Amino acid sequence: MAAILLDPLASIGRATLGACRRIGDVALFALEAVSHLLRPPFHGRLFWAAFVEIAWFSLPVVALTAVFTGMVLALQSYTGFARFNAQSAIASVVVISITRELGPVLASLMVAGRIGASFAAEIGTMRVTDQIDALTTLSTNPMKYLVAPRLLAATLAMPLLVVVADILGVMGGWLIATFKLGFVSAAYLESTFDFLEADDVISGLVKAAVFGFVIALMGTWCGYRSRGGAQGVGAATTAAVVSSSILILALDYVLTEAFFAQ
Amino acid sequence: MSEALPLAEMVAPPQTAVTPKLRLRGLRKAFGAKQVLDGVDAEVAPGSSLVILGGSGSGKSVTIKCVLGLIEPDEGTIEIDGRDVLAMGRREREALSDRIGMLFQNGALFDSMPVWENVCFKLLAQKRIDRRRARDKAAEVLAQVGLAASVGDLSPAELSGGMQKRVALARAIAAEPDIIFFDEPTTGLDPIMGAVIDGLIVDCVKRLGATAVSITHDMASARRIGDTAAFLYGGKVVWSGQAGSLGHSGNAMVDQFANGERDGPIRMELRK
Repeated sequence: MAAILLDPLASIGRATLGACRRIGDVALFALEAVSHLLRPPFHGRLFWAAFVEIAWFSLPVVALTAVFTGMVLALQSYTGFARFNAQSAIASVVVISITRELGPVLASLMVAGRIGASFAAEIGTMRVTDQIDALTTLSTNPMKYLVAPRLLAATLAMPLLVVVADILGVMGGWLIATFKLGFVSAAYLESTFDFLEADDVISGLVKAAVFGFVIALMGTWCGYRSRGGAQGVGAATTAAVVSSSILILALDYVLTEAFFAQ
Repeated sequence: MSEALPLAEMVAPPQTAVTPKLRLRGLRKAFGAKQVLDGVDAEVAPGSSLVILGGSGSGKSVTIKCVLGLIEPDEGTIEIDGRDVLAMGRREREALSDRIGMLFQNGALFDSMPVWENVCFKLLAQKRIDRRRARDKAAEVLAQVGLAASVGDLSPAELSGGMQKRVALARAIAAEPDIIFFDEPTTGLDPIMGAVIDGLIVDCVKRLGATAVSITHDMASARRIGDTAAFLYGGKVVWSGQAGSLGHSGNAMVDQFANGERDGPIRMELRK
């Protein structure tokens, strides 16, 4: 009887200890990577390659996501607000939703799928094919070479992507409002900028930088710790995308609370 | 494998008058309950070539990884030129790794960069050479392993297995290390290409005046590249001697292994 009661508790205990170990490992991994950003040698070429990969090659997917999100937001707001004759609030709803929340969160989720998975797969493959050990034997610290430049690149690139997402998201809303819902273009734009405050944009950009760091951290950590050949690399890739997506949503709440809670 | 190990057959590594280039003493390493290394003793004289032999899972790779700092041993000492590596600080160990080259079993070439950059990776990483000169240097080192300079522009994925091994060898020797480790250098190659790689290894090691440590279970390769040999079994070196005497060493386990005999003191556990 006791064994039946204790078995589930033991499983919960083991899972909790495992989770604590992983959280601790991620924290130490992040600290070590950040410490390498402060100590030479610096790998500028690798930083630039990662920056271009994230900021430039993610542009199409982020742009499409932002445009369609803005369009849907305008359409949904219109159908909702029309019930209360509050259609004039659409411009402000679109711009605030996009800059504070949807721009950073959706762009980051898209980048997590694209870049987080790519980091995990690349570094994971390097792990299981001894390339990371080879780096060590070639007098190169793998954390400094593989992890630190990617962390910095993602942290700096995400705010730039979110600026683009913000602009295109607002543009998506404007397209629907003017060409489908019959708003006057100048009035819509005036309403958009009247309601927009610097804090709305800045909070979104800070979120983007944090999310970028998280995406790169989880991608590189999952890849770095992968084991067991192709299956291990596949599992690392999945874990990188899932964990960074959940962390983005959780941190979004924490940051929103920090920025806007009364 | 049989559990009983005739201790009388254990042979201490030959004592040399000069300070050994590499000396391992009582190296122990366990992964969970599995004791992989159980007191490994071995040494290599400067400029000579040691081959570490043993069956799959006998701890050959773990031994080398301990020396390279990729795995931290639980106990024991690793001395290079008489200095305890494990007692060194981070900077000293980094400086030491500058003098070490390594050829991995599967090559471990970086597939994100062309061959020439792979070959000169260490020189570029340490800024001992600029990228323009690195191309010339890569061509020079590739020639030493019998490859044309044009191979330098290819990606590792475009190379055959034998070419990948030769590029990996070129990368191991490019920075002119004084200790080079070879992990199963002929695995996966046909016998002729295996002999070619062995010949290149011997030539390169001699040209550099380096000390070599190889792990293999290819007996022909062991005889070609080794001056001395050590046989790992049960986590210990149970025999060491001249590589030329493999097959008629007088040690029943070594001779069984060298001659590839099914029956003998080493027994494989097969489920029936």
